[in-house]
Amino acid sequence: MKEKYIEDLKEIKDIMNRSTRFISLSGLSGVSTGITALIGVSLAYLLIFKQQNYLVYPAVDLNGKNLAYLLIIAIGTLMLSIGMAIFFTTSKTKKRGQNIWDSQTKRLLINLIIPLTTGGILSLMLIFKGYLGIVPPLTLIFYGLALVNGSKYTLPDIRNLGLIEIILGLIAFQLIQFSLLFWAIGFGLMQIIYGIIVQRKYKS
Amino acid sequence: MKEVLKDLDKAFENRIRLGIMSALIVNDDLDFNALKELLGVTDGNLASHLKSLENSEYISYTKEFINRKPNTNYTATSKGAEAFRKHINAIEQLIK
Repeated sequence: MKEKYIEDLKEIKDIMNRSTRFISLSGLSGVSTGITALIGVSLAYLLIFKQQNYLVYPAVDLNGKNLAYLLIIAIGTLMLSIGMAIFFTTSKTKKRGQNIWDSQTKRLLINLIIPLTTGGILSLMLIFKGYLGIVPPLTLIFYGLALVNGSKYTLPDIRNLGLIEIILGLIAFQLIQFSLLFWAIGFGLMQIIYGIIVQRKYKS
Repeated sequence: MKEVLKDLDKAFENRIRLGIMSALIVNDDLDFNALKELLGVTDGNLASHLKSLENSEYISYTKEFINRKPNTNYTATSKGAEAFRKHINAIEQLIK
């Protein structure tokens, strides 16, 4: 009798989770976007600091041409990351025999997109006003907020990743001369680590 | 003990009905196919359990047409939500 009710409660919890959360998130998409981010940030670093005299404090050289290259790198990295995330997640969903475009996916995407688009638009505005240095910490913070917001509709582990990104963003703001490094840690390293954690934890 | 048993709802003795109700409590509404996929049951089986929950007035539905195909959306009624809450409380008392 008692066992039946304990089983019932488990079933209730399972159904509530499965019907509200998008659980087919692929860890591989985290790893691949992390690697893409690292490549992107390395390219950006080489571009900005390429004609540097390393004996003096590195000054950022940003003329119109470099800014255009930087934007191309940024957009390329973003596109590639999104593409790979969609690819790995879709293939995982297919393997589970689930429909990718269900109400859980939509809810997750909407809750991710609102903070992300806000951060994206704000970053573009700041870039065109010449405040380029603020952008790496700001994108980390907005990405973190998006993850915290979206975590209610997907694997709960994502919430911690979001909190880490926010903290990294705030530190990057304070230590602005190393902001590119923190950006590489947040979008590169942490994504890869969390991707591996998620992949191992939810392998089945 | 007797008080607790009174709150256990016969309608939720069945796993599938319990599943339907759990899903509808945390979602504003779900359509027939979403419920079917979620619970992994056949059309006929799901339909009969939905019918029984409708008869208890625990769920309600609206029919609409999407691309000329009929689509039925199910929602938990406030009566259903209250019964579900009582049922869960009773289970929690029992397994304490």
